[in-house]
Amino acid sequence: MSEKDRRIRPRIEDFRPAKEGRIPRSLEELSPEEWARLKEVGIEPEAPREGEFFQADARVVHCRTLPEGLELLPITEALRKYDWIEEYWWKTVDRDKDEYTRATDEDLDDGYFIRVLPGVRLVYPVQTCLYIRTPGVVQKVHNLIIVEEGAELNLITACTTHPGVRSGFHIGVSEFYVKRKGKLTFTMIHNWADETYVRPRTGVRVEEEGTYISTYVTLHPVASVQSMPVCRLVGEGARAVFGSVVVAPRNSYLDLGAVVSLEAPNSRAEIISRSVSTGGESIARGHLIGRAPQIKAHLECQGLMLSDEGAIKAIPQLDAYYAHVDMSHEAAVGKIAQEEIEYLMARGLSEEEATSLIVQGFLSVRIEGLPAELQKRIDQAVALARQGL
Amino acid sequence: MGKEPWLEVRDLWVEVEGKEVLKGVSLVLPRGETHALFGRNGSGKTTLLMTIMGFPAYKVRHGQILFKGEDITSLPPYERAKRGIGIMFQRPPTIRGVKLREMLKLCAKDNGIRIEELAREFGFEGFLDRDVNRGFSGGELKKSELLQLLIQDPDLVLLDEPESGVDMQNLQVIGRMIRRLLQKDTHRPRTKSGLIITHTGFILQFVPADLGYVMIDGTIYCQGNPQEIFEGIQKHGYEECISCLRRIEE
Repeated sequence: MSEKDRRIRPRIEDFRPAKEGRIPRSLEELSPEEWARLKEVGIEPEAPREGEFFQADARVVHCRTLPEGLELLPITEALRKYDWIEEYWWKTVDRDKDEYTRATDEDLDDGYFIRVLPGVRLVYPVQTCLYIRTPGVVQKVHNLIIVEEGAELNLITACTTHPGVRSGFHIGVSEFYVKRKGKLTFTMIHNWADETYVRPRTGVRVEEEGTYISTYVTLHPVASVQSMPVCRLVGEGARAVFGSVVVAPRNSYLDLGAVVSLEAPNSRAEIISRSVSTGGESIARGHLIGRAPQIKAHLECQGLMLSDEGAIKAIPQLDAYYAHVDMSHEAAVGKIAQEEIEYLMARGLSEEEATSLIVQGFLSVRIEGLPAELQKRIDQAVALARQGL
Repeated sequence: MGKEPWLEVRDLWVEVEGKEVLKGVSLVLPRGETHALFGRNGSGKTTLLMTIMGFPAYKVRHGQILFKGEDITSLPPYERAKRGIGIMFQRPPTIRGVKLREMLKLCAKDNGIRIEELAREFGFEGFLDRDVNRGFSGGELKKSELLQLLIQDPDLVLLDEPESGVDMQNLQVIGRMIRRLLQKDTHRPRTKSGLIITHTGFILQFVPADLGYVMIDGTIYCQGNPQEIFEGIQKHGYEECISCLRRIEE
């Protein structure tokens, strides 16, 4: 197996089970270096939250929920507690999709269960963190998120590794259900290590007038991430937005995108991708399927190549099955315009300062409907990463 | 006048994309003075400004540029900016995702000029949270450029057709901004110098110049009272300049 093949198809058997990891019993066991690392992805104990969930390797170390109307549990506990979970379990993601979903089905290392009860609109975000603490382990989680009718949830997932860990493998199956008139914003900020492999497997189902907004941010070296969430808009007026803000440094391989199936009239979808390659490979995919009339869907892939190494590939696809659909895509890949660099240099910025400001601007995509706090977190992550570009 | 020279251009020959554009330009701009540069399209006016700012596409084949006595001919643009040279672009690019406010903060470095206050004074505060130059009209682009320069506060300002694409109402504001930039309303000795390219000459009604030049085919043909030169050009066109007796003989 070549180095590149291994990057693209990491093998589970090359990693130790997460259950054999050095798992802490409580958050107090984490070292100051670990807290510094967690802070980089935005985990700050004093920030206002509706709920918090922290899993290291295979164990849930911390799980706390404040308001009425929000349930936040380790998924293993929720599975014991509720029989009805069967109706949601492996329903948006096929358990036989690939070897990673099968492995997760066979030997689960926990995950989170979140349910927001009907009509409950949560102001502050719920923060979850999946953390790889032991070198060389594979962590397999399965998350289930249900936003009931008229409810609202802002979920931030920050994933990272122990500062001393380089190699690891994270498999995360996530199933999202947004009921009628519900709204879910899901923001993932990842900061893995350079030998970490990541395989999210995500399914989303949005009902009538429901909204799902997902933003994925990865700005640091990682061995490979491959993810293609599948989102079904099954109710009239349902809406989904997938945004990704990625930097592919040297030796990183990122294959990211989304499939949105618009199955009800007046549903809307948008896929927005911004990728920068500083020597790594970034594939930006998007697949929009118009299976109902009067739908509107747009796909936008923009790439910035900062190096002659690496690659950016934009792969948009639109499928229409009705006459009355409005579907479009635009894709552009290029380098930074010299004119822009010179403009900023004339204002007193060095070439490096000018370049990093332009890259930061390029990555600071505005996602309509995203709460200010989440947008701020994304902007902070981009500003922080800018120093390393 | 005995004022110290702020900018000195000595026998400057410049090539752009393999083509010789400036052919031996010399001028002296003393501290506190404003000079106007007239000339047809393609005569080399913009090339002169871009070369003074130091953009790499403008290759100096011969000659020197001195600023405050220092030879800056081989310095990159940001080093020249740091020394106190600023330029107003005719067609500035859009910087997507970067707010004007953020850019102004970077222009300001640490000289303590209040961004909010200046923007409000010139009716531009509504643009601070927009992407730099994105979707700006002709007049808005000029205001954005001048606001950046006011914050940057350079000692030598290079203005490339500040009035082009601007309606009469905006011209007033732009005139006021340039007057501020060049300390035209102060009675104390001025320290700011300006070099203005103008096609229409309108801007000179708001910002008086001390000296005018006519550039033809990459050389300065004539210098003198800017108002007289401008009137001459309006009456007789540049043909007259070519045969004019006031032509500077090398």
